[in-house]
Amino acid sequence: MKMIENAVGRLIPEEIEGRKLRPFAGVYADKGGGRKAAPPIPAASLYRNKLLKSLDEAIDACEIKDGMTISFHHHLRDGDYVVNMVMERLAARGLRDLVLAPSALFPCHEPLVNLIEKGVIDHIEGSMNGPVGRACSLGKMKHVSILRSHGGRYRAIQDGDLHIDVAFIAAPCADSHGNANGVYGKSACGPLGFALADSLYADKVVVVTDNLVPFPCYPWSIEGGNVDYVVQVDSIGDPQRIVSGTTQITRSPTRLLIAKYAAQLVYESGLMHEEPFSFQAGAGGISLAFIQYLAEYMEKDGIVAAFARGGSTRFLVDMLRRGLTKYILDGQSFDLVGVESLRDDPRHIETNPFVSYNYHTKGCFASMVSVSVLGATEVDLNFNVNVNTHSDGWLLHGIGGFTDAADAQFTIITAPLVRSRLPIIVDEVTTVTAPGEMIDAVVTERGIAINPRRQDILDRLRRTDLPIVPIEKLYNIAHDLSGEPEKPEFTDRIVALIEFRDGTVIDVVRQLVPKS
Amino acid sequence: MSNVARAGTEIKSDLIVEIERRDGGGIDLDVQSSVGALFGGQIRRVVLATLNELGVKNAAVRIQDKGALDWVIQARVEAAVRRLWPVEGPGVVPERKVRWEHAPKDRLRRTRLYLPGNNPDLMLNAGLFGPDAIILDLEDSVAPSEKDAARVLVRNALLQVDFMASERIVRINPMSTEFGPADLEMIVPVSPDTLLIPKCETVEDVTSVAEKLDELEAAHNVPWRIHLMPLIETARGVWNAYDIAAASDRVVALAFGAEDFTADIGAERTPEGKESFVARSLIVLGAKAARVQAIDTVYSDVQDMEGLIKSTEESVALGFDGKGVIHPSQIEPIHKVFTPSPERIEYAKKVVAALKEAEARGSGVATLGTKMIDAPIVARARKILRLAKAMGLVSEEDDL
Repeated sequence: MKMIENAVGRLIPEEIEGRKLRPFAGVYADKGGGRKAAPPIPAASLYRNKLLKSLDEAIDACEIKDGMTISFHHHLRDGDYVVNMVMERLAARGLRDLVLAPSALFPCHEPLVNLIEKGVIDHIEGSMNGPVGRACSLGKMKHVSILRSHGGRYRAIQDGDLHIDVAFIAAPCADSHGNANGVYGKSACGPLGFALADSLYADKVVVVTDNLVPFPCYPWSIEGGNVDYVVQVDSIGDPQRIVSGTTQITRSPTRLLIAKYAAQLVYESGLMHEEPFSFQAGAGGISLAFIQYLAEYMEKDGIVAAFARGGSTRFLVDMLRRGLTKYILDGQSFDLVGVESLRDDPRHIETNPFVSYNYHTKGCFASMVSVSVLGATEVDLNFNVNVNTHSDGWLLHGIGGFTDAADAQFTIITAPLVRSRLPIIVDEVTTVTAPGEMIDAVVTERGIAINPRRQDILDRLRRTDLPIVPIEKLYNIAHDLSGEPEKPEFTDRIVALIEFRDGTVIDVVRQLVPKS
Repeated sequence: MSNVARAGTEIKSDLIVEIERRDGGGIDLDVQSSVGALFGGQIRRVVLATLNELGVKNAAVRIQDKGALDWVIQARVEAAVRRLWPVEGPGVVPERKVRWEHAPKDRLRRTRLYLPGNNPDLMLNAGLFGPDAIILDLEDSVAPSEKDAARVLVRNALLQVDFMASERIVRINPMSTEFGPADLEMIVPVSPDTLLIPKCETVEDVTSVAEKLDELEAAHNVPWRIHLMPLIETARGVWNAYDIAAASDRVVALAFGAEDFTADIGAERTPEGKESFVARSLIVLGAKAARVQAIDTVYSDVQDMEGLIKSTEESVALGFDGKGVIHPSQIEPIHKVFTPSPERIEYAKKVVAALKEAEARGSGVATLGTKMIDAPIVARARKILRLAKAMGLVSEEDDL
């Protein structure tokens, strides 16, 4: 296997299993080119009655065969029933070697491990975490899997790198024509944007709903003109686990301290005062606390954000209602307040990865965000970030929107410096998810490292009482506390590719040799 | 006596050590750890070295670890061994990783963060939250069955954990219990700044600790005279407040414990705190008469920040110098309340300047405007400036 060193110093095979790979060449090295993929041309006269009686009828109608690629979205998160429901039926028909293309998987999808072991699923393109990630680490997939960011997934589908044969789109609300949204019904989840590319480019599109309403179902996040069939089922998911009733801020004093430092950094660096200000922070414990502290600073100085990028939660909605942000641009809702606000407030706007994250567009708004706050499992001395594998080598997380959101003008990683003895700062990350040139600061409870590329920000922070230190110092503090960890052991076999948002390969994941 | 002993807890950053005494066969060690792939070898090395140092030759040892650091592993192994075998000498004392200057007698003590003595996880980052002091508690937060294990853990923590600028206080058990003297034997040799004496009621409660300290400090070359902070939490203690404060020159402050006190006098604890008003005042009086600090009780509702601020304002109004803290989120609000306003700092600066000017003129009487400045005004001004300086609100050059 011929290997090429990419721009972050990782060795990437030139070709794997007949697939030619492009090594990562730099964040903005890719200049586009070529033609987008296109789905078959249909005729409206053939789509007068799309409503089928059961999933089995839909599977029959789609003529699913061995080796086909089947896709799903993850807006129902850990409450999703549809992935398991469809895959079990496909398995029951004796289908094999299917490629699973979800936008993300959750612990509730553990039954897929069995289907991987049986050969029903050949490999995964998109995302995986938890139990399915473990199976991948152990080399249980027949062929190499591909991990893509949310924007990268849209790009791959749009560009034809990922051809979807059949897309199953779980819909909390749909009509018999296939128009669908995520804001009404018992399984309401908020936006449906992760399914947009699937609906536009798949050969066949099946909308699966537990809330069939008379035409027209509006808003139509998914447009019926792209949908082949509609199936009604009893339930598409467990509402309790689709959105939490109410998201909670962390009570951990350490995490609160990290959030406070991050907000203070945004304030004292002057980033908050540069108009137009905007920010992105997710639903993790530190992020929610960050939003709270940020809101206090904004209120103090009378700052109003042009927009806030969701994952929406009650905390972001609260800022919208208090006039601290003009809009929420929402990719997914994490709690009921978020869902209701998206449904009822015209300033709360549904987005999809095309408008927010896709690099192969004529501009997407990820790069317009002033400050993005993200988590990580490891950061190395070059500021390279790993969000996929843990230090012990297990593949446990998808990329999510990480590489896309890190395109913000200032990207902050927040994480405890030492987490149950594991140091977050390492000399070399186990897996490179994003290159250090995208990362501007790492905020921990024991110090803040600013990327030396951001001398402008360092200059502005000369008089701060924030604990600004070189990243080497954070490394030393962490390793002095935890001791020197051993390294995980891998075989030579590549089990997954980590794709950058432009379609190049930034790193590979190898099969793990588990320690007894 | 059983042949099996366990020590440790299931919380993160801790481990459970289970040791079974055997007659032969050497050490049979099984390690399960959440970080086994990365630290399994290190955990094994630390466990085996600790057993070896304690002279344990034959045993079956099971470890269930959740990311404990070496000094915690050592403490848990030692505690389990001590439950099975008599240990001669000090045990396995880790090297001193952190050195600090002994806290001055009158240092700032606005906040003292309580840390349960058997919980390593809460100790690790405690210094980061900036309390003026941390209290490693061997008393009420530790069950009687775990006193021995907590003692070893606290000893190791004092040597290994960087509590940064915080004063290191250990709350020992009362000397009247079997635990108190044993606490001193193990803790004094590693030289904490200060000991908090609980349920203090009489002069003897202080002198009994002080005498033992004289002896242990000499025997173990402790580099300083350890301070004492009697904790008054009974009617009798309140009544003897001054005598307790004056019982030893080691005493740096009197502290008040409202929970036990209200129970002792047969009252309920109320939000207004009428039931403890007189007691708190008497403690302030007793402490100030003996020229030491007075520290108020904790505010126990960690969610209620408004209540905390109100209660702290009351502490300040009564003359207290600080307050107990049970959650890091209480630290900043309390520090804010204890921070003198800019107006008061400005006024204090003027007072001191006027006094200096008068001294330079050789005049005994200083005036500010039309007002004569007498000794108490100067004393209060100096106290405000000292606080302000400690909080970094005035520059070091500002002369007191």
